[in-house]
Amino acid sequence: MRYRAFAILGGAIALAACSTDGGNGAVKSASSADAAAEADAPFPSTYSAYPGTPTALVGATVYDGAGNVIPGGTVLFSGGKVEAVGLNLATDGYAVVDGSGKFVTPGIIDIHSHLGDYPSPSVDAHSDGNEATSPTTPEVWAEHSVWPQDPGFSRAMANGGVTSLQILPGSANLMGGRSATLKNVPSRTVQGMKFPGAPYGFKMACGENPKRVYGGRGRMPSTRMGNFAVNRQTWLDAKVYAEGDREKRDLAKETLAGVLDGDILVHNHCYRADEMALVMDMAKEMGYKVSAFHHAVESYKIGDLLRENDVCSAIWADWYGFKMESYDGIPENGAFLWKAGACVVIHSDDANGIQRLNQEAAKAQAAGKRVGMDIPDAEVIRWITLNPAKAMGIDEQTGSLETGKMADVVLWNGDPLSVYSRPEKVWVDGALLYDANDPKRRAVSDFELGQPGEGDVK
Amino acid sequence: MIRLTMLAATAIATLSALAGPATAQDMVIVNAKLATGDGSAPIDQGAVVIDDGKVVYAGPQSGVGSFETDTVIDVAGQWVTPGIFASATTLGLWDVGAVSDSNDAAASSSDFGAALDVAPALNPSSQHVAVSRASGVTRASVYSRPTGSIFGGQGAVVDLGADANMVSKPRAFQMVALGEYGARIAGGSRTATYVELANALREAREIAGGRRVPEDSRLTRQDAEALAAVLSGEQSLYIVVNRASDIRQVLALRSDYPRIRMVLVGAAEGWMVAETIAAADVPVITDPMQDLPGSFESLAATQSNVGRMVDAGVKVAIGTLDGGTGEQPRNAAQFAGNLVSLQRVPRANGLTWGEAFAAISSVPAEIAGFGGLLGVLAPGATADVVIWDGDPLEVSSAAVKVFIDGIEQPLTNHQTRLRDRYLDLDESDLPKAYDW
Repeated sequence: MRYRAFAILGGAIALAACSTDGGNGAVKSASSADAAAEADAPFPSTYSAYPGTPTALVGATVYDGAGNVIPGGTVLFSGGKVEAVGLNLATDGYAVVDGSGKFVTPGIIDIHSHLGDYPSPSVDAHSDGNEATSPTTPEVWAEHSVWPQDPGFSRAMANGGVTSLQILPGSANLMGGRSATLKNVPSRTVQGMKFPGAPYGFKMACGENPKRVYGGRGRMPSTRMGNFAVNRQTWLDAKVYAEGDREKRDLAKETLAGVLDGDILVHNHCYRADEMALVMDMAKEMGYKVSAFHHAVESYKIGDLLRENDVCSAIWADWYGFKMESYDGIPENGAFLWKAGACVVIHSDDANGIQRLNQEAAKAQAAGKRVGMDIPDAEVIRWITLNPAKAMGIDEQTGSLETGKMADVVLWNGDPLSVYSRPEKVWVDGALLYDANDPKRRAVSDFELGQPGEGDVK
Repeated sequence: MIRLTMLAATAIATLSALAGPATAQDMVIVNAKLATGDGSAPIDQGAVVIDDGKVVYAGPQSGVGSFETDTVIDVAGQWVTPGIFASATTLGLWDVGAVSDSNDAAASSSDFGAALDVAPALNPSSQHVAVSRASGVTRASVYSRPTGSIFGGQGAVVDLGADANMVSKPRAFQMVALGEYGARIAGGSRTATYVELANALREAREIAGGRRVPEDSRLTRQDAEALAAVLSGEQSLYIVVNRASDIRQVLALRSDYPRIRMVLVGAAEGWMVAETIAAADVPVITDPMQDLPGSFESLAATQSNVGRMVDAGVKVAIGTLDGGTGEQPRNAAQFAGNLVSLQRVPRANGLTWGEAFAAISSVPAEIAGFGGLLGVLAPGATADVVIWDGDPLEVSSAAVKVFIDGIEQPLTNHQTRLRDRYLDLDESDLPKAYDW
């Protein structure tokens, strides 16, 4: 949840999602088998790629998202897929885009967004991110809250180059529900945005939010020990269900069983190092895995534990102090994790922050450099591309520019780790969905039509 | 100590490392990439001469002339600028946002509104002051948030120096919330806000003139007395307003209250009425990155808002960065840098580098009533000076030395202490608690 103290500027205090309110199991990646299974699941994805032109990006500095840089490289894509990345590739049959002096990255991925479930305008009627009526609501699915007309999706693409994102329930609850993994493609329906074959995520939350929300109502949990007690009992009950015949439909337990099976990835809002350590032990006790801790402002205190447990930290570059459990946030968090060999993801949790994940990653890199940690640029790009893809279980399809992967590509008008650079073109599955040079090649949501600022640069 | 006579174009050497003197010292900074904050482009081979906490000279090194000093700092091409002036912040008013006991940013249950005064509540030892200072923020305006009344109270202009006195100017401005936010306070409609505002100003005027006794007023005596300073123009009035129609309405109030010195805060749709704002000569403080229709009063929000207003002749400061989230005072430079980036986005309206830096230095200082004295490196200005390890608007850059009133400031804080403790995770001899 954002703490914009004054809506001095916005109007009302935005009670969004997580920083005030708020993981991954045995990580399974989406695969064709999963996609087939998903076709039988309710609310299946109806997304298919829009038409694209076989395109050759030539002469740009290419960050492939997997930690490599190719100066003056060529990126070829066609049929919605990356065909080749390298030097001096033949471009016959491709529309050639001159990338001289420019940069290419995979589409940026935000692992923590509330676009759609806390959309703009942030009026009460749009407050759909927290089913704050019970501390455990594994039965709710974020996709049922996502408003595809949220104007924030278009800003995330135009200013941030975001092509995939995970929409999470908020953090009022210990167990907030299933996440929705989306392609950042305008659609009349959420099904038309759902990332084909992506595993579900499951939102959990530690700490202040659940105990405050429910303790404030005189019910459990009202303490951190209460948080754990409720969580553990819920898992124990779920294990009984999971080990049984599972014949009786139970939406909550189906989600929890999916986590125990390793099909649903846990994304755990958690700030404090000591609590993260306890959660990792709880996961071991119950037989699941945390894919990523989100916010994780104290991850730098336990980089060794996070590495050993193979858990990512999805973090801001510099947020701190807006609540007690964020008081020890430091800008070096990402750099210290990197040095410890742990997985770093830069996330937003914010409809504005999602528009500059590249800048936030650069800040985290620079903080490390000032204490002697020289983190390569190509590695920093990974923090907002392949690493979030892995933690979301979509790294076999996107997150890096590798042959056969989705052609989710951003052409930047300068170094993406500079404040002075912006996306010039953004392709999703090879379809050009944003072009700074074409006033019409930008999404305008239904909400914006006929209103002040329609179609403006944003 | 060696006394050195600085002459134009003489050989320069660093004669003494600054050891954090407690008092202002005279010095010369040379070989600087110098941005003075006045809107001009930075220059190479710049110099700044400081004497007794004031700037004596800032410009090309060749123009330094003769000056005696103990201290010459050769920055070897590093950037030197005035300190950042963060507008409309809550620095010094809170420790942890959600810990209400530690948070004095608003007095929601108070019987008073306009009379509230942030000055005695300010805590120069707040970590947010120290964190902002370490990022090159040297001055700020601090407001009191309207909650129980549409009037938030009297804000102050402060310095971020590591000393006991934070206040540069107490009771420098009043804040009033109009628009959606003010309407909710006033009774559920903008209609109530305007009656509330008009009544308050009328009562304040009559009480000040002895034509009304406070006992017959809706305003308390204290609130009325505070608003008298607004009516006389002694204090400026920061008006929180966003919608284009609301801005027009506010500007129309000037005919009824010609002496009120208005400042628009927010102005998300300001670009739609930029010519009108410019003609009224009313400055604006805004968060330039707000480009979402977060409410029905900001439907037309765009990052080009600032550029378009500046192009129309409006004086615009970047501000209202008042939290621990992305909107922190220390990110003001990043936000300014984003406005520069817009220059290369077709159809967008951005700022030149000089304009963008002015929006976080000289312009906010002028709006706060300190034009020529703060936020600028020019003769007679206060020596708030920052030396940077790179372009200060670039996200990878950081302040390496910060001077306030000519005094070098400590750059340590809770965050840097945590950083130093956790540089490694070695506890083979003792727990981390002993590493300090």
